[in-house]
Amino acid sequence: MAEEIKKHRPPPDPNSASYKLNQIAAKAYTDAMEAKERGELVGWCASNFPVEIPETLGIPVVYPENQAAGIAARGGGVRMCEVSEGDGYSNDICAYARISLAYAKVKDAPEQNMPQPDFMLCCNNICNCMIKWYENLAKELNIPMILIDIPLNPDYEVSDAQVAYTKAQFLKAIRKLENITGKKWDWDKYKKVQEISGRSSRAWLEATAQAKYEPSPFNGFDLLNHMAVMVTARGKEEAADAMETLLKEYKQNHEEGKSTFRGEEKYRIMFEGIACWPWLRATSTGLKNRGINMVTTIYADAFGFVYKDFDDMCRVYCQVPNAINLEKARDKRIKLCKDNHVEGLLIHNNRSCKLWSSFMNEMGRQIGEACNIPVAHFDGDQADARNFSEAQYDTRVQGLMEIMEANKEAK
Amino acid sequence: MYTLGIDIGSTTSKCVILKDGKDIVATSLIIGGMGTPGPTDALTQVFEKSGGLTKDDMAMTVATGYGRTRYEGADLDMSELSCHAMGAHHVFPTVRTIIDIGGQDAKLISLDERGRMKNFLMNDKCAAGTGRFLDVMANILQLDVNDLGAVAAQADNPASISSTCTVFAESEVISQLANGVTTPNLVAGICASVSSRVAALAKRIGPTPDICMSGGVAQNDGVRSAMEKALDTKILVSPMAQLFGALGAAYYAFEKAPK
Repeated sequence: MAEEIKKHRPPPDPNSASYKLNQIAAKAYTDAMEAKERGELVGWCASNFPVEIPETLGIPVVYPENQAAGIAARGGGVRMCEVSEGDGYSNDICAYARISLAYAKVKDAPEQNMPQPDFMLCCNNICNCMIKWYENLAKELNIPMILIDIPLNPDYEVSDAQVAYTKAQFLKAIRKLENITGKKWDWDKYKKVQEISGRSSRAWLEATAQAKYEPSPFNGFDLLNHMAVMVTARGKEEAADAMETLLKEYKQNHEEGKSTFRGEEKYRIMFEGIACWPWLRATSTGLKNRGINMVTTIYADAFGFVYKDFDDMCRVYCQVPNAINLEKARDKRIKLCKDNHVEGLLIHNNRSCKLWSSFMNEMGRQIGEACNIPVAHFDGDQADARNFSEAQYDTRVQGLMEIMEANKEAK
Repeated sequence: MYTLGIDIGSTTSKCVILKDGKDIVATSLIIGGMGTPGPTDALTQVFEKSGGLTKDDMAMTVATGYGRTRYEGADLDMSELSCHAMGAHHVFPTVRTIIDIGGQDAKLISLDERGRMKNFLMNDKCAAGTGRFLDVMANILQLDVNDLGAVAAQADNPASISSTCTVFAESEVISQLANGVTTPNLVAGICASVSSRVAALAKRIGPTPDICMSGGVAQNDGVRSAMEKALDTKILVSPMAQLFGALGAAYYAFEKAPK
């Protein structure tokens, strides 16, 4: 019998950013589990809900979007979606929602477990479908839900009236949470959280901006993993420390001519849309094998929040990428393309996300024209593996690469 | 110098042998795409028609189509997008937009004056508006898919097929047949349904004339004339349309072969 030879992998360096970030992401779930076991109330929280509020109050929260992405990336998405579809939820609604609704029912997913909620924290600046998803959960589980309404802004700038509307809701959310949990708001503690969140965000945004160098010191798919910490823990000291380590590593990579992108970086693209989590390997390999580095995506930068005080924080939460109009969303992406010397745009027409998918045909056209780069679209889904065809994806990526190659030759 | 282009699609396999990047020596087209004996049969046939050439005589082979990465005899694989653009360019040098309707997808390709692809759009996850839609409809009507164009030409009052979904459209056609709608009127409606979906894609890319069709559906006059109507422009079609991918692959093989 042949002896099995296993590849030896060196143990991860506990001082590296990726080790620290993975630990923080995992700890977020174990901390919440332990809090629940201690009898503390635990919330389910939307990814663009102001994390500063539960962080300041010391309330443990977990993130259904992150959990759904984790379940989908580890192959459990379709199983969970089918539970919800069996309960009558349409397969046209968001797959994160279907997975989350299923999890609240079956209460177990070996791919990523987390405690059941005692209250829901919803903010629709990321998505409007989320209101109904969270309302359903709140009703079925008979728990309170706090909704912060930040509708899509049809104007280019955020008005003072919109800031005032949002601030009133933030303050009301704080009062409600004080009543639900019995914990008290402390403005000094908030200032500390704000400072830490700012440190995390500045380091994160500067780290992602290192893609301006050619070659980029990192593979853009790294960002999709690391951003989980920005979503869930940006107000924590250890997150700020890890993000500063990440920035330091990327700077060092650049200085030493290194990159986490394996192989030669022949082409640089922007990836648009949420990752296709069930097919992450197929989508990343299809790029990597052709020497295409996804150097930037607005999805990563979406979770960097820099502001100077509470009012400014309200303003920042009014201009997260999913709450802004087409022109502003387009201009942010054009800036990313230009800052990072992007040669092509690959758009994930995400069947789970109606807002982004509907925007993308026209926005992609406008970005392509403004930056003079080719644009390719592929159909997929953030968590429902059934909405993706690898062969169709591969043809589009190869076509995009062939145009970028011809453009290079023509220069 | 001889070069070979092989286009392994979802429903057919095509080969073209070129001499010195100019003259077409032999072509083949076999029903049966990836995962069938089609590619092998297409290769056998093209060499049989070539007057004694063998694989060893090929300076370079480029594979394209959905089966491009599975064909081990290729020196290089390229997307059918680039290959259709190059193949069409060599037949119609003035063409700047290609409408390619294949077995399982539809593509809009814009190209420059050298035949290089500038940009492209493809259908979304639904297979409506592709050759497979026409195959299913021809099957219901017990017609050969190649006869759909001629049958559509006999229509006096084309039916309206409103369903996008192929399965729902199938029920709709059966229902209209039961209600006495004639076969030519139904076929004309089916052709218009395909062309309207693809024309919408064409409008998104901004179709620059000259426009040509490639792929198997290009031979369907019903779809082509409906497309001309939808886009209000003339569409060029060549008897070689189904071979454009293999032809472009053979041209790229010549371009990339060591000289």
